[in-house]
Amino acid sequence: MRLLTHNMLSSNIKGVANGFPLRIEVEKVVEKKVELNADFLRNIFPKIEWKAFAEAARTLGYAELPEDADSSFLGSDDFLDKFHHALLELHLEEGALICPETGRRFPVNKGIPNMLLHEDEG
Amino acid sequence: MWYLCVFYHRLLDYRKAEVESLAELFRVFGDDDGDNKESSSLEWRLPQHHHPDSPFHFVNLPSEDAARSIANRSILVKGIYELWGEGSSYEGLEESIRCYPDERKLPYLDSGSTFKITVDCFGKVISFQEQNDRIKGLSYIPFKGRANLRNPDHNFWLMETDDYGTNNGLPPVVQRRIFFGREVGGADRKLLPTYQLKSRTYLGPTAMDAEIAFLMANQALATPGKLVYDPFVGTGSILIAAAHFGAMTMGADIDIRVVRDGRGPDCNVWSNFKQYGLPMPVALLRADNNLPPWRPGLKEIFDAIICDPPYGVRAGGRKSGGRKLLKGTVDPYTVPDDKRTDHIPSTAAYSLVECVHDLLDLAARMIVMGGRLVFFYPVLREDDHVEDHHYPEHPCFKLIATSEQILSSRYSRVLLTMVKIGPYTEEIAEAAQLKHIEFRENHLKWLEDGNLHSAVFSPADPQMAAAGDSSLSREPKPKYRGKYV
Repeated sequence: MRLLTHNMLSSNIKGVANGFPLRIEVEKVVEKKVELNADFLRNIFPKIEWKAFAEAARTLGYAELPEDADSSFLGSDDFLDKFHHALLELHLEEGALICPETGRRFPVNKGIPNMLLHEDEG
Repeated sequence: MWYLCVFYHRLLDYRKAEVESLAELFRVFGDDDGDNKESSSLEWRLPQHHHPDSPFHFVNLPSEDAARSIANRSILVKGIYELWGEGSSYEGLEESIRCYPDERKLPYLDSGSTFKITVDCFGKVISFQEQNDRIKGLSYIPFKGRANLRNPDHNFWLMETDDYGTNNGLPPVVQRRIFFGREVGGADRKLLPTYQLKSRTYLGPTAMDAEIAFLMANQALATPGKLVYDPFVGTGSILIAAAHFGAMTMGADIDIRVVRDGRGPDCNVWSNFKQYGLPMPVALLRADNNLPPWRPGLKEIFDAIICDPPYGVRAGGRKSGGRKLLKGTVDPYTVPDDKRTDHIPSTAAYSLVECVHDLLDLAARMIVMGGRLVFFYPVLREDDHVEDHHYPEHPCFKLIATSEQILSSRYSRVLLTMVKIGPYTEEIAEAAQLKHIEFRENHLKWLEDGNLHSAVFSPADPQMAAAGDSSLSREPKPKYRGKYV
């Protein structure tokens, strides 16, 4: 699971008011090289919740992202490289996503987050 | 300028829709980023006396570059040609070619270039000898260059059709006509053997045929820098086509065995992408489309959603909740704390109506303005004497193309292409939520209403069969398309 995915997901358990951002429990992180596509990064940037994103990157052991970012940063190649690396090259291979309100674990195995709810949660 | 556009004679309903979409993709009408995109539809014309199902069409395109881009990216365009002449006889053709202005012809005939002439025909077979004779008959065109059959600079085509009456249940599609033109571009059909399903490592029972998957990706305007989502990803067969065209892909499925495990480390969704050297999907996850896990506030993130929803004919859809739970005979099962980690939540059948409702709601929220929703919708063919089908509608979307593919005498599927034209407002979200609750409460009723499987596979109404004569006199349906093409 890449951090792009993490930034899109929340705990959708019934009654949970604030299921975002999910806390990350790390067992295994892998890095995979991906070709950088600047257009894609510029398109996706405004959709990213930056605080949650930078925090998630730190949890995976990558602390190079600025605390805050706005679209003026997109002109910098250095920023794009870092953004690209954190967004698409870091993978949570094994671990879990934890609902911030209830502590419910959504397991991540082989890089696939399992977001399906139990019968009493939907 | 008008170009001759010749199609492969298959998937007839998909042909013009594909060209229209590619015209949009390559912005052949210029960069009108405004809202008046709807006005930019192509002009088409048929050769005289040709049936709309004819493979020969004329299309008006602003430039040769536009024509080439469209033709080369397409799947169903055999070729787009600059027409040098046409006629109902070879005499007529000669006269027409002679009248075509020299300044258009001479640059492609000069002595420094190489050329090739191909003889092609529709609805008949011409022997090799006859082909040679026909090429020799073109000697009135002053070819100065050298022939090169392998890799010519300019490709010329002589295409002949005959008036062959009805044939194999086909209506008389064309009338004898001969075309001569210079090829501008054509589909790369080599893609299809490369991506054919039988060479794919990981397959599911409803994996999408490669040709249709490419057509879907073209309808969705998949291109580098865009993000394409498939909420019913399965083995990834649709996303593979989108990834081939350079789009970033993301997929979800309710069945964790498919997305996570596949059939082992070298036979799963990831390996399918690896097999073709395509970039991996940005994400695969397990999620229920009925209770999607997207964070509140997240919207307009996908450039397109492409999918083949499970309608319950070959494979039924599933959503969260057990059969008894949704019936209301049992309360939600409370999972004991010690069993929570490995608990496998139960799922229940997902009716077509509900599935489509959820899909439209998801798409309305998550697709960018001007982005596309491309999906298959099943149609019972008994209905089609009622001229127009009722396709799903949504205030945020405008339906721009419907392409039918006949699957059996009872039913067919229609590829719907919708464009997002309106923002996802609070009111729309609220209405969707109410509908979601209504579905919950009337689960069984909706499920029966939407039971396509029995409608397709149960024997035809016996009373209808008894009244056979009168039903035959009904306007005959163009069944040939599914059967012979």
